[in-house]
Amino acid sequence: MADEKQFDIFNPFDTVNFPVEDWADGIKDWAFENRSFFRELRAPLDWVVNNTEFVLLHTPQTVVLIIVGLLAWQAAGWRVGVLATALLLVMGVLGEQSWTLGMTTLAVVASSVIVCVVFGFPLGLWSGKSDRAQAVMRPILDTMQTIPAFVYLIPVVILFGIGNVPGVIVTVVFAMPPLIRLTALGVRQVSPHVVEAMRAFGATNRQIMIKAEIPLAVPTIMAGLNQTLLLCLSMVVIASLISVKGFGNEVLRGMGRLDMGKAIVGGVGIVIMAIVLDRITQGLARTERERGCRHWYEQGPVGFVLRRLPKKSGIMPAQPEQEESK
Amino acid sequence: MGVCYYWGFSGEILQGENGEGGGGAAVIRCERLWKIFGARAQAALAAVRERGAGKRQLMDEFGCALGVADATFEVREGEVFCIMGLSGSGKSTLIRHINRLIEPTAGDIFIHGENIGKLGDDALRRLRASKIGMVFQNMALLPHRTARENAALPLEIRAMEKAERNTAADRALAAVNLDGWEECYPDELSGGMQQRVGLARALAADPDILLMDEPFSALDPLIRRQLQDQFLDLSQRMRKTTVFITHDLDEAIRIGNRIAIMKDGVLVQTGTPEEIVTAPADDYVADFVAGISKLNLVTARKIMQPLDAWRAEHDGEAPPAESPDAPPDCALDALVDLAVDTAHPIVIKAGGKMVGVVTKKTLLRGIQGKADSA
Repeated sequence: MADEKQFDIFNPFDTVNFPVEDWADGIKDWAFENRSFFRELRAPLDWVVNNTEFVLLHTPQTVVLIIVGLLAWQAAGWRVGVLATALLLVMGVLGEQSWTLGMTTLAVVASSVIVCVVFGFPLGLWSGKSDRAQAVMRPILDTMQTIPAFVYLIPVVILFGIGNVPGVIVTVVFAMPPLIRLTALGVRQVSPHVVEAMRAFGATNRQIMIKAEIPLAVPTIMAGLNQTLLLCLSMVVIASLISVKGFGNEVLRGMGRLDMGKAIVGGVGIVIMAIVLDRITQGLARTERERGCRHWYEQGPVGFVLRRLPKKSGIMPAQPEQEESK
Repeated sequence: MGVCYYWGFSGEILQGENGEGGGGAAVIRCERLWKIFGARAQAALAAVRERGAGKRQLMDEFGCALGVADATFEVREGEVFCIMGLSGSGKSTLIRHINRLIEPTAGDIFIHGENIGKLGDDALRRLRASKIGMVFQNMALLPHRTARENAALPLEIRAMEKAERNTAADRALAAVNLDGWEECYPDELSGGMQQRVGLARALAADPDILLMDEPFSALDPLIRRQLQDQFLDLSQRMRKTTVFITHDLDEAIRIGNRIAIMKDGVLVQTGTPEEIVTAPADDYVADFVAGISKLNLVTARKIMQPLDAWRAEHDGEAPPAESPDAPPDCALDALVDLAVDTAHPIVIKAGGKMVGVVTKKTLLRGIQGKADSA
């Protein structure tokens, strides 16, 4: 039946359609032709991911356990230190390979967070300072957060192949927006009076940013980092679709084979990792003074050691307990 | 109206006082300064200049707000110059022109004779960092820094060595009686102490000029008075050229060598506290000063009857020999003390020479703020 549909003003979309799918194919062809260029871009990312994974996998397990425990203690107090160590112990005994899987996942997540910070933090500062940058960035960030990951899996695979690096790229697309948004928010929340005072004393824009705006925005920025980190973790299953190893892959394989055990090991592993990383970053968001001491080195394992050192230098000046005359 | 007809020679005394501050050279000079806020400020300014458009018309026609209108004044070396006005009168806007935190729509500001409107970014920053200290109503301290680190901020901005700037900061904190509190964070200090840190920060770089934007307004009356005393003491010792903003006339009179009254962006009257109180320029100023006690402001010189006038009234006779005497710059308060102990008039002597006479009647009228129009 060769009856060409007539244009109908009441049902215009039956006849008028843009060939978006064909255009997308065009983009795909273009991507294929320029693959080598994108492969070059991959190199630095490869380096970060591979080295992180190498270090994590080749450090003795007990040492990793102790380091994470101490880090958690330093960042968030001894309770979180104990919690983190205990949870990682559980993660290690969860299944045959679970420690190795966990370290692989941690490597991918850590690399993703590093990439997010490297790009997201400056972008966040910029959109905090410039209304125009904010206006341009907002729809892009909305897109990054809402577009289904499966849509950009394909072009990423075409451009970068499969493996950990494209996995990191996919994760970064989804996880970076909160860091940018909250960094911008933190900078915008800084009191204009403080900024004016800095200016009145002759500070340059750079000095205002480094000495006032960033330090005052730190709690908000840390909240953004925390969100970014959790979103990174939430992407590990999707990223395993393009051959990222680790817990995500376990979940995926468990699903494919209806292997409940595998899926549970992967799932619980991801949850444990999320709790540990979340508590540590939440601890970072609280300032020293909220935890009742004046300098970061007065708390946690560092403070513990310093307090036991013979006092020779003025590293820890005696604090006059002044809470009088309010 | 009962505007005053005092005997005397207005202003002489305080001008003499200003003179000792190093010749009374103008440190800050502000010439025909206009500030209109809004996108069409230049058009609005033209409208004001050509047809005298008012505040209301500026808003309706141009969407512009009038900040400062045609302000001209000078601040001399070592002087405390108070700008007093109610909120919205443009005083905070005016003071921010002196270090160019706000760019004027028209007019010029000179500091030590240099037009700061022509300074480049670097030179402007250097001027702010080295010549001008500023204190803010809301303190604007950095909450993540200790008192010492806050006070050292202007020096840190100038890239001074840490040890050196900490020494300077400690000295400035000691000058405002905050020694021992250097390690405290702002939220551990009371409001008054925070503002003293603000003052120390302004003094730390040892600037020539202090800009004080309602520094004591956010404090309770008792603390405010303490800080005023402390500031008076400091400013007498350091002789910094100071522009002091306040909405409190009592404060302006206590602190200022000269006062400018501001209303709707216009400087209504500029003069010594005595001039403002005894000869208000218009009803607006008169309303303000109505409640101000004249006891410590007005001097014998203002109310005394010149010796010749006295003689003419008393058949050429001199006042009785047992009359008490006082110098011409003796305040009314002290004259009252003398007058209650004697039945005779008070003789005013300058350099051992009799220049005038104050009777009980002139004294009482003087306290009321009226002249004894004998």
